[in-house]
Amino acid sequence: MDKIQLGEFIKSIDKDLEIKEGNQYIEVAVPPSKLYLLAKELRDNNKAQFDFLFCLSGVDWGQDIGVVYHLRSTIHNHSIVLKTRTSDREFPHFDSVSDIWKTADFHEREAFDLLGIRFTNHPDLRRLFLDNSWGYPLRKDYVDDINIVSK
Amino acid sequence: MEEKVKSIAPDEQQEYVVNMGPQHPSTHGVLRLVVSLKGEIVKNIEPHIGYIHRGIEKMCESITYPQIIHLTDRMDYLSAHINNEAVCLNVEKALQIDIPDRIKVIRTIMSELTRIQSHQLWWASFGMDLGGLTCFFYGLRDREKILDIFEETCGGRMLVSYNCPGGVMYDIHPNFQKRVKEFIKYFRKILPEYDQLLSGNVIFHERSKGIGKLSLEDAISYGITGPSGRASGFSCDVRKHEPYSAYDRITFKEILFTEGDTFSRYTARIDEMWESMNIIEQLIDNIPEGPFAVKMKPIIKLPEGEYYQRVETARGELGVYIISDGNKNPYRVKFRSPNFVNLSVLNHIAKGFKIADLVAIGGSLDLVIPDIDR
Repeated sequence: MDKIQLGEFIKSIDKDLEIKEGNQYIEVAVPPSKLYLLAKELRDNNKAQFDFLFCLSGVDWGQDIGVVYHLRSTIHNHSIVLKTRTSDREFPHFDSVSDIWKTADFHEREAFDLLGIRFTNHPDLRRLFLDNSWGYPLRKDYVDDINIVSK
Repeated sequence: MEEKVKSIAPDEQQEYVVNMGPQHPSTHGVLRLVVSLKGEIVKNIEPHIGYIHRGIEKMCESITYPQIIHLTDRMDYLSAHINNEAVCLNVEKALQIDIPDRIKVIRTIMSELTRIQSHQLWWASFGMDLGGLTCFFYGLRDREKILDIFEETCGGRMLVSYNCPGGVMYDIHPNFQKRVKEFIKYFRKILPEYDQLLSGNVIFHERSKGIGKLSLEDAISYGITGPSGRASGFSCDVRKHEPYSAYDRITFKEILFTEGDTFSRYTARIDEMWESMNIIEQLIDNIPEGPFAVKMKPIIKLPEGEYYQRVETARGELGVYIISDGNKNPYRVKFRSPNFVNLSVLNHIAKGFKIADLVAIGGSLDLVIPDIDR
C-alpha cells in the first residue's frame, strides 16, 4: 500500500485517529489508550502485516513525553510511523508492545533508562545503561552540573 | 549440624551463575553476560551493558551536524565509514541537495571496502574464538591492505571520518583505483584460503552446524538484520530494498540462507565479501568526473521536521532518526544500532546449548560493544 491507501486503511480501523503525511512516512498520532490494540491490529491484519518494528524511540517534546514507533512490513514493503504522547511528565506510562514485537523489549528498556518512560506489562523493565541513581538524561529538563559542562 | 550441611549442599536442580565478562576475550569488548548454567547447559543469559555508555545521543543534541559525524565513527568502529554516510545522507535528504555521481560512487566503493575489512576482522576473531589462532593472523594481514588504502585517501585508518554533508572531505588519492584493483586481485586469490582453513574444517563444522538456530519468524520479530538475519532467510538488505548512494545502478545479489544456525551466519559473511568485491569491480573503473563535494553553507540548519535514514552497515541496519526544530543542532537524535538489537536475541538462541557454544553463537552475531552502548 502507498501512503494514501495506508491512510485510508488506518481510517477504516479507527476514524478518530489523526493522520499526518510526513515527508517520508505516514504518521499516525495514537492516544496511549488505543496504542496496544492498534499495534496488534497492524501486525495481524492481512492487508497491513507490519511485522518488523525497526525503530522505537522515546522523545521528550517539551510539554509532552512520547514514543515513536517505526514499523515496516516485510511482506508488503510499506512503512508507517506511530506516535503516542502523554502530558504526564511525572509518571509517563504506555502499554508495552514487547509481546507483539520481541525487539521492543530492549528498545523499551532503553527508553525507560534514558527518558523514564514506563511500559506496563513489560517483562523485565530495569535500567539498561545507567544505574538507578541517575536521572533521565535525554529529558530536556535534565541538569547534571558535574558531568555536563554547559556553555 | 547435619541438617545445615544438607541445606547448603549443591542441589542438582540448582542453577550455577557465571559471570562472562566484562573483560572476556570472546565478548570482544566490555560486554557482561550473566549466564545461568545447569552443568554445562546454558539456561539463561542476561546481558549487562552500559560499561562504555558515552551518551552519544545526548551529546548530539548540543553539537552541530558536521560534528555528529565524528561521533558516529565511535559507535560501530568497524563500519565507521557507513555510519558517517548514514548521517550525511540524512542531512542531505533534509536539505534536498542533489549529490553528484562521483560522490555517490566514491562513497559506495568506500562502504564496500569497509564491509570487507569488517568481515575480515570478524572472520579473524571468530576463528580465534573457536581455537584457530591462525585465522587471526590471516585476517589481520589482509585487513591491513584495506586500512592502507584508507590511510592514503582519508588520513585515518579505522575512524576515517571521510564523509561530510554534501560529499567527502577530500578527493581520492591518485593511487586509489590502482591499489583497490590490486587488492581485489589479491583478495580473490586469498579468500578461497579462508575456506580451506576454516569453512571446510571438520571440527569447525561440528561446532557450528545446528548451533544457535534462529527461525525466520523470530528473526523478524526480534528485528535481527544484517548477515545474521539473512542467514535465517530474512530479506533485510537495505541496499536492495531502499537503495542509497550508487547501489541502484549496480547488480548484486542478496545473500540469503534458510538454516539460521551459526554456520549459515558464517557463510553469509564469507559470501558477502565475494559480493562486495563484485560491487567494487563494477564501479572502480568508471568513477565519474566531477566535484568531490557540494558547497554547503558554513552553518547547516535542517528545516523543522523528522528525518529517518536507513543504511546497511556490516552488521545490519543502522537507522538515524533526526528530529529537527530548525536550529543548527538537532532536537533529538536516535541511532537504531544493529548490534543493540542483535544482542537481544542472544538469550533466545543460546538457551539449551553448552557454554562453549555460547562463544560460537556470540561470535557469529558479530557484536561490536561501543555500538550497543552508544
